[in-house]
Amino acid sequence: MTIEELDQIAASARSEREKFEHEINVCHGTGCLSQHSDRVKESIAQALQALGKNAYVRRTGCMGLCAAGPLVLVDPEGSLYQHVNPSHAEKIAASLDDKPVEELQCNLREHFDQQVHIVLENSGRIDPERVEDYIASDGYRALLMALNDMTPQGVVRQITESGLRGRGGGGYPTGLKWGTVAKAKGDVKYVICNGDEGDPGAFMDRSVLESDPHRVLEGMAIAAYAVGASKGYIYVRAEYPLAVSRLTSCLRDARRHGLLGNNIGNTHFNFDVEIRLGAGAFVCGEETALIASIEGRRGTPRPRPPYPASSGLWGKPTLINNVETFANIAPIIRKGSRWFAGIGSARSKGTKVFALTGKITNTGLVEVPMGIKLREIIEVIGGGVPGGHKFKAVQTGGPSGGCLPESMLDIGVSYDALQSVGSIMGSGGMIVMDDTSCMVNVARFFMEFCMTESCGKCVPCRAGTAQMHTLLTRICTGAGTMDDLALIEDLCSTVKETSLCGLGQTAPNPVLSTLKYFRNEYIEHIVEKRCRAGVCNMEAAAEVLA
Amino acid sequence: MSEVGTEVKILVIDEQEVSAHAGQTILEVARENDIHIPTLCYLEGLSNVGACRLCLVEIKGSSKLTPACVTTVQEGMEVSTNSERLTRHRRTILELLFAERNHICSVCVANGHCELQSLGQELGLTHVRLPYRNPDLPVDASHERFTADHNRCILCTRCVRVCAEIEGAHVWDVMGRGVNCTIITDLHEEWGKSTCTRCGKCVQVCPTGALFDKSKIGSEHPKYPDFLPFLNMMREAQ
Ligand SMILES: Cc1cc2nc3c(=O)[nH]c(=O)nc-3n(C[C@H](O)[C@H](O)[C@H](O)COP(=O)(O)O)c2cc1C
Ligand code: SF4
Ligand code: SF4
Ligand code: FES
Repeated sequence: MTIEELDQIAASARSEREKFEHEINVCHGTGCLSQHSDRVKESIAQALQALGKNAYVRRTGCMGLCAAGPLVLVDPEGSLYQHVNPSHAEKIAASLDDKPVEELQCNLREHFDQQVHIVLENSGRIDPERVEDYIASDGYRALLMALNDMTPQGVVRQITESGLRGRGGGGYPTGLKWGTVAKAKGDVKYVICNGDEGDPGAFMDRSVLESDPHRVLEGMAIAAYAVGASKGYIYVRAEYPLAVSRLTSCLRDARRHGLLGNNIGNTHFNFDVEIRLGAGAFVCGEETALIASIEGRRGTPRPRPPYPASSGLWGKPTLINNVETFANIAPIIRKGSRWFAGIGSARSKGTKVFALTGKITNTGLVEVPMGIKLREIIEVIGGGVPGGHKFKAVQTGGPSGGCLPESMLDIGVSYDALQSVGSIMGSGGMIVMDDTSCMVNVARFFMEFCMTESCGKCVPCRAGTAQMHTLLTRICTGAGTMDDLALIEDLCSTVKETSLCGLGQTAPNPVLSTLKYFRNEYIEHIVEKRCRAGVCNMEAAAEVLA
Repeated sequence: MSEVGTEVKILVIDEQEVSAHAGQTILEVARENDIHIPTLCYLEGLSNVGACRLCLVEIKGSSKLTPACVTTVQEGMEVSTNSERLTRHRRTILELLFAERNHICSVCVANGHCELQSLGQELGLTHVRLPYRNPDLPVDASHERFTADHNRCILCTRCVRVCAEIEGAHVWDVMGRGVNCTIITDLHEEWGKSTCTRCGKCVQVCPTGALFDKSKIGSEHPKYPDFLPFLNMMREAQ
């Protein structure tokens, strides 16, 4: 495959499409599919035929507004329809050269206007399983550009200059990591894509893998060229069957088109990718545990150093990046590092995809430029808290992150800013809570998650999370004392400072951040035996007090 | 055991200048110089897992704590093995272990020969502030010669490692996650019905009363884990 051949495929895909006056895109993300959007697509196709309309019907990946699904987008009109079911098919078909279907229309200008789509630019626009669709949107052009016109060092330099940082949670500079693996000694090297995504409430990576799998494969291939690897693994949890089946079919297509395999782009570069299924342990997202799991061993972390960059999979230098990190690569190569570095804030470049969930009007996936205020994400893009309730806190970073109150909403979203106020960027889960949430109970929920997901290898995390959970449960049932609170704070410090891996080291964060911003709720539970949100059942304890 | 190089490094441990081979761990060098660092999962002769976190030390220039058993020495490193902060964490870790399962020393076969008990004494642990979890755990007495009492197990995985790495039988492994972890024989068979070779190495390396010899009781059950380095030395010599 050469760039000219790529152009030909793109041109023929486009001219194929130009035969139609309209395009009807039906979302086939997990959210919409669970509401039978596949039947919607069938009915629309039938209705079009019955009415003799000339339109192309396409299944696409996620359009972002999962709560309003099934979603249907009609182009070139740009009408977005929500909550569509098969009975609406005829109306939609009939509306094509007429006025849009009023009652189905989704008018959320503000939701989309504030977003900047880089990672999600193809999501909801192309058929994820048609490589021609991807190629028609400039797909695989970056890979061939890199192979033909750039040295591996040149690729690393461009990624470094873009300022891209890892989207898996830690925010490690991607270019620096690539450069380290490139310089590591060894004739065999590996590239791993981390698609384990285990944070409660997070579904960014799943959506990217379902909506634009070729984008991730292209990023991995470019990375492999840059660091000198010829074999890649993509680790996806088995709970993501749709992502796995789409990836499988895309791998086949990419090989068939000579975009994976031997002599990619008629060069000497060889690279192929295998899928590995995870059994759903959260800790297997940690890089050394993930590597152990790929090797067929029990998924437990090991102390670093050595880092995977020098000794990873089967002891070989290994590059491991997150799904979203890889999805950013092709556009950076195509459009240049300066373009990318021009988006975002001083030390956090580009965009971030967030999975907005909880007490928020527009549940779904959003992609925003770094530096945007939390308030804008929640109130404008997310449409605020529904049902007349009052906003209380936003949780970012999942079980490793923290809860931020109203007063912190005006900080800009960046790795450093979020960390400085006691939370983290994390991988992109964003859970909004209102006055019906009890912050002590929220802390207890996350501690329960860490307790059950702890691998059990090191003492502070294994036994410490269980102890903190017991003590938090005491407080939530009205049996807690101020001594228990002091003990919790003590345990937080030991678990944070002495645990082996990131899971234990960050497990105290939800407790620490709620103690920082909502300490009076803890005190109310302990002293007054009262839960202001009415979540914790403390009747028994309150009676004793009275 | 770490790969030991020929290059020599000079470093400082507790204000004492010491020399080391490149590739040696901080713990190895400290022991050579009679500097004591508490450990539980570490055992000379086995691979290092860095799991108990008792050997954490402070290194000048880093705010993070570093496990001495898995960290190799660097030229000019300044290590402190003792501080108020370290003692506080070590005590809490021991408390966590004592509260996790049922460590009732007075009725344990290892009383007086237990590494956990000794560390508690060494670090001046007078009481446990944490609620005892009192789990309901089984005792596997199916083996002809040995017993596994899960109530005393601290999940240090020495038995797992000695069986796989030295005996080559890999009978022991860890099952489950978090506080529900347990050591198992084979695929969770009874020990007596497992592929155990009855060599007894696991019993000797177990730091507590979790694995013991049925023919011994109470204070008659000292353990001799020091055979490992010699065994390794003899094997290498062959
Ligand atoms: C407990 C734990 C869970 C993790 N889960 C994930 C995950 O699901 N996906 C991910 O990409 N990174 C996860 N990470 C981070 C990875 O260890 C690693 O840093 C990341 O994959 C590196 O990719 P990046 O540089 O592109 O961010 C996790 C880390 C820890 C400690
Ligand atoms: S911190 Fe928790 S998850 Fe990580 S190694 Fe220790 S027990 Fe396992
Ligand atoms: S049985 Fe003994 S050696 Fe094995 S893990 Fe438990 S405490 Fe360690
Ligand atoms: S001895 Fe180093 S962590 Fe256990």
